[in-house]
Amino acid sequence: MKPAAFNYKKPSTLTGVLELLRESGEDSNILAGGQSLMPTLNMRLSAPSLLIDINGVDELFGISVTDNTVRIGSMTRHAELEKSSVISEHIPLINAAMPYIAHPAIRNRGTIGGSLALADPAAELPACLCALRGFVEMTSTSATRKVEAKDFFRALYETDLKANEIITAIEIPRYDQNYFSFIDELSRRHGDYAMCGLAFHAKIEEKIISDAQIVFFAVEAKPIIAVTAMRELEGAKISDVSLEVLQGAVGNDLDPFGDLHASATLKLHYAKELIKRAITSGITSG
Amino acid sequence: MANLKEMMQDHILDRPNSYIGKSVPRPNAKRLLAGRGTFTDDINLPRQSHVAFLRSPYAHAEIVKIDVTSAEASPGVIKIMTGQEMAKICTPWVGVLSHLEGIKSAPQHALAIGKACWQGEPVVAVVAKTRSQAEDAIDLIQVEWNELDVVVDMERALDSDIPVIHDELGDNLTWQRNVDCGDVDAAFKNADHVIEETYISNRHTGVCLETRVIVADYNPGEEQLTVYLSTQCPHMMQNLFAKHLGLEEHKVRIICKDVGGSFGVKVHSYPDEYATAALAYCLKRPVKFTADRLESFTSDIHARDHRINTKIAVSNEGEIQAFEIDDLTGIGPYSVYPRTSGIEVNQVVNLTGGQYKNRNYRAQARVVLQNKSPMCQYRAVGHPVLTLITEGMVDDAARRIGMDPLEIRRKNLIPDDSYPCTAPTGLPFEKLSHHACLEKLAKMLDYDALQKDKREARENGIYRGIGVATFIEVTNPGATFYGIGGAAISAQDGATLRLDAKGNLIVEISVTEQGQGAEAVVAQCAATAMGISLDKVRVITGDTDVTPYGGGTWASRAAAIGGEATVQAGKALKKNIIEVAGIMLQADPATLDIYNNNVVDKSNNTERISLEEVGRICYYRPDTLPKDYQSELVVTRHYVPKQFPFAFTNGVQGCYVEVDTNTGFVKFKKYVVVEDCGTVINPQLVDEQIRGGVIQGLGGALYEECLYNSEGQFLNGTMADYLVPMAVEMPDIEVGHVETPTLESELGAKGAGEAGTGGAPAVIMNAINDALSPLGGKVTRQPFTPERILMAIGKIT
Ligand SMILES: Cc1cc2nc3c(=O)[nH]c(=O)nc-3n(C[C@H](O)[C@H](O)[C@H](O)COP(=O)(O)OP(=O)(O)OC[C@H]3O[C@@H](n4cnc5c(N)ncnc54)[C@H](O)[C@@H]3O)c2cc1C
Repeated sequence: MKPAAFNYKKPSTLTGVLELLRESGEDSNILAGGQSLMPTLNMRLSAPSLLIDINGVDELFGISVTDNTVRIGSMTRHAELEKSSVISEHIPLINAAMPYIAHPAIRNRGTIGGSLALADPAAELPACLCALRGFVEMTSTSATRKVEAKDFFRALYETDLKANEIITAIEIPRYDQNYFSFIDELSRRHGDYAMCGLAFHAKIEEKIISDAQIVFFAVEAKPIIAVTAMRELEGAKISDVSLEVLQGAVGNDLDPFGDLHASATLKLHYAKELIKRAITSGITSG
Repeated sequence: MANLKEMMQDHILDRPNSYIGKSVPRPNAKRLLAGRGTFTDDINLPRQSHVAFLRSPYAHAEIVKIDVTSAEASPGVIKIMTGQEMAKICTPWVGVLSHLEGIKSAPQHALAIGKACWQGEPVVAVVAKTRSQAEDAIDLIQVEWNELDVVVDMERALDSDIPVIHDELGDNLTWQRNVDCGDVDAAFKNADHVIEETYISNRHTGVCLETRVIVADYNPGEEQLTVYLSTQCPHMMQNLFAKHLGLEEHKVRIICKDVGGSFGVKVHSYPDEYATAALAYCLKRPVKFTADRLESFTSDIHARDHRINTKIAVSNEGEIQAFEIDDLTGIGPYSVYPRTSGIEVNQVVNLTGGQYKNRNYRAQARVVLQNKSPMCQYRAVGHPVLTLITEGMVDDAARRIGMDPLEIRRKNLIPDDSYPCTAPTGLPFEKLSHHACLEKLAKMLDYDALQKDKREARENGIYRGIGVATFIEVTNPGATFYGIGGAAISAQDGATLRLDAKGNLIVEISVTEQGQGAEAVVAQCAATAMGISLDKVRVITGDTDVTPYGGGTWASRAAAIGGEATVQAGKALKKNIIEVAGIMLQADPATLDIYNNNVVDKSNNTERISLEEVGRICYYRPDTLPKDYQSELVVTRHYVPKQFPFAFTNGVQGCYVEVDTNTGFVKFKKYVVVEDCGTVINPQLVDEQIRGGVIQGLGGALYEECLYNSEGQFLNGTMADYLVPMAVEMPDIEVGHVETPTLESELGAKGAGEAGTGGAPAVIMNAINDALSPLGGKVTRQPFTPERILMAIGKIT
């Protein structure tokens, strides 16, 4: 289990990274936290000829707040998101997601950019970003562009990212105090990728739900936005929500595929359990 | 009477300042914690090369052609070897033993010849300057494969339309054993209740933190093969390497440094290890092989793949009247060498129902071949399976007649005062303590309070369950386990004790340290027998050139067998020291003793001469001793149990769980083990063994499973996909002891290393099923996953 030989470069500027990318194209890999990339290299599942380490690029790190958005540099580590008071104040959903992501040692190295670029269907952050209607900022030598999360994730481990681009930042709109966040998942052991998970974000005013985003992960090839279920909730009073109808809607929205640890049937069962948990916890804190 | 008093004074359990029964820290803990352990992979020799293996990507395929031309030109490559060339250096082996009557297997080679029989079987060896270079070269080897039909499902292995894996064997049935005791037919015919059930034990494996590692070196000048190996049995491996490489046994030295867990995985011989030794022999330079995690999953032994149909007869009053089992087990393509893959099911046949009074017992066992990784002995060999079915059946019976699970066990367990006696299959029990353990467990669990809590919870729609599982465990085997069947595996172990010139004690012993604390226990026995303090004792294990000949560590034998050898050597050395001290002091040796590093006056423990002074005189000034006297400050003693084939231990586990009926998740609320391993030499180490054992048992019961697809491809060969138990989900485990020493040895210790593992699957299954019983559901297929639990209660289909 040793990687095939590769070249290694560690530029200290974004421009340096992008130049290398332009020159090498498909033949190179970005190295962020390395938590997912290193095992694939060691198992020779991928064998790039060049590894571009972006851990030395200062401009990719850090969290900043503007009037309307919170901007997270792509190299921001999970552990930093977990500790950041800016995140817990402005984007509690992401803060709440952190304990579900692997274990402290992995969160110390793993980055938000890496997580989004990898686009594991069972990962928490892609689903959270969809629920928050955030944007992924991608940069190449020629341009910088922003794509909304729901369009960024395309298929199994497939995103909108092009070979000459890197993710530079994530932008998430700021929501007012009336927004309610909920994330929960079922995994075999604490820290494992989920068998099924739910990221939920909605405005709750006077016990009326609006602007709900219901995003399931670990059910299909990418985060699934449960549009029928969202429609069921729009404008509904929490106490009037029929769980049965809502769970039926979730059944409509999802077409899970089974994996080693959970069959499609189990995933659907769990999705319904999770939406129930979201609504019942919403009642207590809404 | 004076004589008896004297005898008792000298009895190991009666020594003043005894370390027996004390939780002294292990001598190696500090070194290991400081990161200063030396594991085999830490060994790097001058001119060392590395071998990597091209392993079969198919479960069953003919090797049509191997082209190594471009691989040979790859940078750093030293040697590429295929099966044919390897066979000229290393002879094949057949994993059979004569006492497993009728067992058959095919010759197995270090590198596959002609065809590969499981995904992961080594086919080509590449030696290069670095492991990376060896792996680079492997990528360049062209193998033309012809895929063959596979035998995956053991249920179908004997069907006529299924290929026979080894033509020369005629079929895929490796071994069959039937026993029939008492009058089973009559018992079932006359029974008030007969309950049938099928249990499935899942194939899993022992995941060692330190994978298998070997560094072999051949020195042509001395014609000596030196092998650094992470192993449990250095002398067995010495014999095997010598035998298959055609070397003299004394020209093979096995050195076993620190071992990061073994669990039975490292008690077997492996094709890649023979190949590494053969390559070192052929290249006359050091070759290292370190199994990576993926290789470990597909080449370490797997275990416990069983389907068992069971049947129990019980009366209305709760008397168990008969057990009947039919066990089918699939062991991969070869019976593993040299211990065979028949022992696991043999234990199931020998011991199922063995803790109960019932005498009517019938068992059928069939062992079949399949194209999966080879299966063999893993911690608690067979016991997790046989305890699962025994205690599953007993709970089935209790539920049927509406009897409390503790009550049915009280009624049927062999009474504590009826020993010695035998299991229905004839295996003798010296003395066990089922009832004492059961009552202690009931107390530690607070059983009645749990029952009440369970009832109350159920009224609130919360499903909690109590599980109880009694068990027996084979430990300390004598020669009947392997030696009798023709295996060159020593049943006895030896300890050499040496007093040095400064009055310190060096112990060289043939049992080995796997991280379980054997060296600590041996030091305790030596210090106690000798009357010296622990800080003066140094224990050396794991070197065939240094230690006495012996079996090593397996079947929970290191502490009890190695400990007794140490005690006897210690007593003999003490006698020698007292004799020479008597000469120095012009005192009658009968009036002397050793206490606290000094030779003392036996009557009042006053110091007469220090051991350091004894050492000084014996080694540096022997001229001051009588001319016709020679002191002997080195003594070797061996020990092997002879009166009983095994020292059976026993115990009972109990747990309390909550099952979330919406998710199928199981949460532990309480876990208690009461066990009887005879004399407890080091309570903390015993408790750690029990706890670690339980966790490993729960791993198999709840999480671990080697998954294969229908082509025989291993599906979950990473630590992300193969789920081992992790701390967060595991219970706190309370351990209680009942001590029934074996009278066979002076120490009285039996084994403790496997009892936790043996009982855990049964107790968790029984607890889950107790929780599910109001819902009419039941799980009988390991691992008991959330999905299977939800299916059992009809929440999903
Ligand atoms: C045992 C274990 C358990 C885990 N459990 C979870 C879990 O429960 N939930 C979860 O979400 N994750 C989990 N992870 C994954 C972890 O969160 C990873 O850190 C993360 O998915 C990848 O981030 P990274 O920074 O390590 O990326 P890397 O491993 O460095 O890179 C991953 C991929 O993304 C690309 N990449 C990285 N950064 C960029 C960028 N800025 N622009 C473009 N491409 C980029 C790389 O080229 C590579 O292809 C687990 C990992 C492990 C080892």
